[in-house]
Amino acid sequence: MPDRSEFPLWEVFVRTRGGLSHRHVGSLHAADAAMAVQAARDVYTRRMEGVSLWVVPSAAITASDPGDAAQLFDPAADKVYRHPTFYTVPDNIRHI
Amino acid sequence: MATDDLRPARMVQAMRLGDDSLILGQRLSAWCGHAPTLEIDLALANIALDLVGQATLLLGYAGELEGAGRNADRLAFHRDVRDFRNCLLVEQPNGDFARTIARQFLFSAWQLPLFQALARSPDPRMAEIAAKAVKEVGYHVEFAGDWVVRLGDGTEDSRRRMAEGLAWCWRTTGELFAADGMQRTLATAGEAPDPAPIRAAWDARVDAVLSDAGLDRPAGTDAVRGGRDGLHGEHLGHLLAEMQVLPRTHPDATW
Repeated sequence: MPDRSEFPLWEVFVRTRGGLSHRHVGSLHAADAAMAVQAARDVYTRRMEGVSLWVVPSAAITASDPGDAAQLFDPAADKVYRHPTFYTVPDNIRHI
Repeated sequence: MATDDLRPARMVQAMRLGDDSLILGQRLSAWCGHAPTLEIDLALANIALDLVGQATLLLGYAGELEGAGRNADRLAFHRDVRDFRNCLLVEQPNGDFARTIARQFLFSAWQLPLFQALARSPDPRMAEIAAKAVKEVGYHVEFAGDWVVRLGDGTEDSRRRMAEGLAWCWRTTGELFAADGMQRTLATAGEAPDPAPIRAAWDARVDAVLSDAGLDRPAGTDAVRGGRDGLHGEHLGHLLAEMQVLPRTHPDATW
């Protein structure tokens, strides 16, 4: 049985301006998606923070395991050549 | 009719609508910190602030029309209960959450078609104020209507409370559609909508939401009135005492 004493949790994403992507801003409790959008409007956009909202059930998010952080993320640490700034572009190459 | 002849009626209309928004805004703000959830707390506070903003514009305009040097603050904080012209519906005590929602829904469902019509008024100031308010009220009626459905179509307890809240507020709804001399003067000039189409829009919205909620229209009377003439219930005086005590005690205070 799910716990019925509290509304489920939703994650809220706000698009601050046209052309920008939605960014995670926080979470809230709501009974369903429609109520979550209304609550997100009231909680997260009251100071003109956004022009569009997404809400996602928190339970739908699969997160990486913090215990796996070392094997997931540390190997990237010594791969500096993956940054474009690693390479020096010769002056006479003009269209790159 | 020349604009000058319409001035007293315009003033009364702006004051009535301004008092509606002011008193309901004050009522709702009492929920701040006490609502069932944080999300609802913020939603009710947002609606309260929308209403107080409407009141500032409407009472400011009423003061200008009156021409006696009273601004919105003066009208809000230095009038006595008999001088307020709000409808009885908005002064009803908050009760439980369901009654607050009932009051909000029945009021906003009237305010929306009214302001939509006033946004087309030949009186440019009223048209401007109404056009700004329409966007706010559209959200209020949706928010409150959704909660009427959730509570009405919810548990046995929520359904009972929603029905009781509607029955409590229903008694004063007839007053919203009453026409008097002021109303007819402005209606003739095209500056106030005829109550009949406003009533039709309200009926349609109320019936649709009650039907979704599985609730019946309250059976009792809707004919309790008096607010438009300054004849209020016992509760408004207490609300005003709390709202007005600071500016009356320290008339020149600023912050």
